[in-house]
Amino acid sequence: MAASETINPQRKQARERAAAHLLSRHHFHWAEALPWVIAIAAFYVFPDRMTFGNQVLVMVLFALSLDLILGYAGIVTLGHAAFFGLGAYTVGLGAARLGWTEPISGLFAAALISAFAGLITGWFLLRYRGLTLLMLTLATAIMLQEAGNLRSDFSGGYDGLPGLEFKPLFGVFGYDLYGRTNYVYALVVLAVVFYFVRRIVYSPFGQALTGIRENVRRMHAIGSPVHRRLVTVYTIAAGIAGIAGALFTQTNAYVTLTVFDFENSAKVMVMLILGGTGRLYGAFIGAVVYMVLEDHLSKLSPTFWQFGIGLLLVLAVLFARRGLLGLLEDAGKYLKKKKVQS
Amino acid sequence: MPYYANIAVSILFDGLAYAMFLFIVSVGLSVTMGLMGFVNLAHGAFAMAGGYVVVSLTRSLGIGFVPALVIAAFAVGAVSVVFERGLYRRLYKATDLEQVLLTIGLAFMAIATATYFYGPIPKSVPLPEWLQGDINLGFRSFPSYRAFLIVLGAVLIAVLWYAFERTNIGAKIRAAVDNRRMAESVGINVDLLFTLTFAVGSGLAALGGGLAIQLFGLSPSFAVLYLVLFLIVVAVGGLGSFKGTLLAALVLGIIDTAGKYLYADAGGFFVYAITVAVLLVKPAGFYGRE
Repeated sequence: MAASETINPQRKQARERAAAHLLSRHHFHWAEALPWVIAIAAFYVFPDRMTFGNQVLVMVLFALSLDLILGYAGIVTLGHAAFFGLGAYTVGLGAARLGWTEPISGLFAAALISAFAGLITGWFLLRYRGLTLLMLTLATAIMLQEAGNLRSDFSGGYDGLPGLEFKPLFGVFGYDLYGRTNYVYALVVLAVVFYFVRRIVYSPFGQALTGIRENVRRMHAIGSPVHRRLVTVYTIAAGIAGIAGALFTQTNAYVTLTVFDFENSAKVMVMLILGGTGRLYGAFIGAVVYMVLEDHLSKLSPTFWQFGIGLLLVLAVLFARRGLLGLLEDAGKYLKKKKVQS
Repeated sequence: MPYYANIAVSILFDGLAYAMFLFIVSVGLSVTMGLMGFVNLAHGAFAMAGGYVVVSLTRSLGIGFVPALVIAAFAVGAVSVVFERGLYRRLYKATDLEQVLLTIGLAFMAIATATYFYGPIPKSVPLPEWLQGDINLGFRSFPSYRAFLIVLGAVLIAVLWYAFERTNIGAKIRAAVDNRRMAESVGINVDLLFTLTFAVGSGLAALGGGLAIQLFGLSPSFAVLYLVLFLIVVAVGGLGSFKGTLLAALVLGIIDTAGKYLYADAGGFFVYAITVAVLLVKPAGFYGRE
């Protein structure tokens, strides 16, 4: 203790500032209310576009789950659609084959099954890195798709399970033609999951994940149980992706095997990269920008849209590696600097 | 010939032809990934580009199928150098994720460009007479085109094996795959070597793309559809390993064909199951370095 009393006051101050930063960084910033205000405003401004809005919310949730493993833990996967698909089919098959049409218990079932799949595959796969990991995650998703296709008598195959019907929420809120109930339902689920994810990210566990992303060797060296941490977050992210998939099925009332597509895994990754990884709100911005652009441009010409998204990716990698939020931050810093100079 | 023997021969023959296609496209990808550790998801796009060059040359200019294949290989190989020098070079030291994103972006752009010029409907190619019909080998007849593919593959394997194992440049490539820093410090210009192998690899991919038209038809989605298989061959064989790529192409090609003959409903399930099994036991592939 003697040593700490004799340190000079400047260092002490710096230390206190750092401690204060660590203690307060999980506090809510006023700007964090913005996406939720916008989401609620959208409900009143675009009452006839709620089906589309609902799809956006599902993709935000899916991208958020990917952000946990890709943005925070640095696990690069090409098969995240596997868990989305599992969640989607848990609810879909439950409704079509077992008559289990209660939506909220369906969400929990989807989360549990996807998380269990994440636990099992993560336990085996997260020992690997680089190309091997990319191939193994990709193969997992495709194997699930092929297994579904093999038993297409049960799963409905690529024709899907159409015309699913779910019970009203809490037995009260039925589904209207404009998808307003669905929108509110998805928004509430997203808010609950988001709060959970935010708690994880700012917990010591979340710090350990960032440490693993930045320097695995050092985390091994200081005795952090790296593999266990990675499997844990992979399991959580798989569960959340499962919830997103379940929401997708419940709100669209149909599901086909294309949810397992490589394109689905790639799409969610593109959204996340576009918004910015490892920053929670990147998932929001990325999914909204991507879906709105897709909605408008693919109506003009699907070919043009595909070229545009490719170009966007190339440009993002070359010039904006931290995504749109990163660009915003840079712009903010630049303006501040100018203000100080003038 | 008894029924089962007949099916076994068919599987072996078709599987071999398929394996040759996989090998021709994947070998360049394997060597470039072994050299620079670069995850190139646009490799399938180069194969697709080769296919469309062949379609244009044969359909619009009336050039023969075989000369068109050669021209396509050289043209795509030359164009790929521009991409390597202009784009890929910037990201050699970047993370896997950034490489994946850049090359997926390029693949999307390639697909869109192909759709714009050629439309989404699958294309076919006019074959010379000697590649049509069947060839009789005494005990039974085989499709000529697949026989041609097997012979061409065998010749290419021999040539590439010689270049890789017996020439000065091949020795340099092997040295650089083993240990890039050491190779650089003894004066090997790895950058130049990489550009060369990248061009050859893309050229071979284009050749493979041209050859694939008759087997699977050619549509813009070719760039992504078969990419997964090429990557699997590379991963299972081991990065930068000639032997490994050949072995992986043979194993996966024959197993995939057998699966589709015997158990058509399962589709590609067997290939992925084998891939997972091999990679779980040997994460670096058959002949990769751990």
